[in-house]
Amino acid sequence: MTLMPQLTHWWPRPHFSLFLLVLWLLLVNSVSPGQVLIGAVLGWLIPFSTQQFWPERPHLHNPGRLLLYMLRLLVDILRSNLTVARLILRDPDTLTPGFVRYPLSLTNEFAITMLASSISLTPGTVSAGLSPDRAYLLVHVLHLDDEDELIEQIRERYETPLREILE
Amino acid sequence: MMGESMALPFWLDALIALLLLSGALVALLGSIGLARMPDVYMRLHGPTKASTLGVGATLLGSMIWFGVGHEGLSAQEVLITVFLFATAPVSAHMMARAALHRRVACREGTHGEPWDEMDRLPGYAESSSSSDNQR
Amino acid sequence: MTATVLPIALALFSLSLLLNLYRLLRGPDIVDRILGLDTLNVNAIAVIVLGGIYMDSSLIFEAALLIALMGFVSTVAMTKYLVRGDVIE
Repeated sequence: MTLMPQLTHWWPRPHFSLFLLVLWLLLVNSVSPGQVLIGAVLGWLIPFSTQQFWPERPHLHNPGRLLLYMLRLLVDILRSNLTVARLILRDPDTLTPGFVRYPLSLTNEFAITMLASSISLTPGTVSAGLSPDRAYLLVHVLHLDDEDELIEQIRERYETPLREILE
Repeated sequence: MMGESMALPFWLDALIALLLLSGALVALLGSIGLARMPDVYMRLHGPTKASTLGVGATLLGSMIWFGVGHEGLSAQEVLITVFLFATAPVSAHMMARAALHRRVACREGTHGEPWDEMDRLPGYAESSSSSDNQR
Repeated sequence: MTATVLPIALALFSLSLLLNLYRLLRGPDIVDRILGLDTLNVNAIAVIVLGGIYMDSSLIFEAALLIALMGFVSTVAMTKYLVRGDVIE
C-alpha cells in the first residue's frame, strides 16, 4: 500500500514517458540502443521534473475510442475544408460572421483543450476564448446560419464523445 | 536529379502528383483567405484549416515518395505532420485571444457580443482587470 | 508525373508565400502580422519538403522540423506577450 504513492512520485506518468520515448526516437530518426537509452532517460526526467506544473491528471478510459474519434475528426477536417474553400472564394461581403457562446459541460482541462482544438479544425469555426469561470467557450464562426443548430452539432459530434472518453 | 522516379508504378506516381498538387492548391486557398478577408477573426479561418491540410497533403505525398524505393520513410516527416495538426488550433486560439484582448474591431454586421469577460484568462479575472485599467 | 507537378506545386506555394508576406507587411494590427508570419512558417515547411523531393534527399527535413517547432513557439510567445505583457511569469 505504501509502495504505490512512492512509485507515482518517482515515476509520475508511465504513459507520458512512453510517449516521450517514441517522440525522441522519431525525432532522431533511429532506434540504436544509445538513442533508446537517452529517450528513456528523457522520458523519465521530463515528467518527473515538471510534475508540479500538472496538477490535474487526465484519465483516459478508452484509448481505442479516442483513436476512432481522431479518425472521425480527420474526415470532418477534410469535409470542412471544402466548406471553407467555398466560403473563401465567395465575396466576403456576403458572409455573415459571428461570435457564439458555447455552454460547456466538460470540466476536465484536457478535455476542454481537446474540444477547443476540434472546434478550431472543423467547419468554419475557431475557438477564440474560454470564460474565466470555464462555463463558456467563445467560438468565432465564418458564416453563421443558425446558432442553435451549430451548438447542437458541436455537442453531438464532439463534446459528448469526448466526455465519454475523457471524463 | 529525379531520374529514378521513373521506377515508380504509374498509379503511385499519379497519387503522389495528385497529393502534391491538391496540397499546394488547398494551401494557396488558405493564403488567399488570409489576404482578402476583412477582419482578423475571419482571416484566422483560412490558415488554420486550409494551410494545415494543404501542407499535410504535401507531407503525405513526400512520405510516399521517400517511402517507396528512395531513402526509405523518414520518421521526421510523420513528426512534422502530427506536430502541425496538433499546434495549428493552439496558435489560432492564442491569436484570437490576443486580438480579443487588444479589442481589435470585428467587421460590421458580426453577430454576437465578443467582449465581456472573454479576453481574460480563466482564473486570473481580478489581476488582469487591474492591469487593463493601467493601459 | 511527379517531375511535372513538382514545379507547379512549388510555384503555387511561392504564390502563397507572397500573399502571406503581403499580410505580414500590411497588418493592420500586430495580430495580423503574427498570423501572416505563422502562415509563412507553415508554407515554408511545404517548400522545404518539395525541395527535398527535388534534390532527392531527406537531409533538409531537419530544417523543416526546426521551422515547425520554432514557428509554433514564437507564435505562442508573441501572442502571450500581447495578452500578458510578459512571456515568462
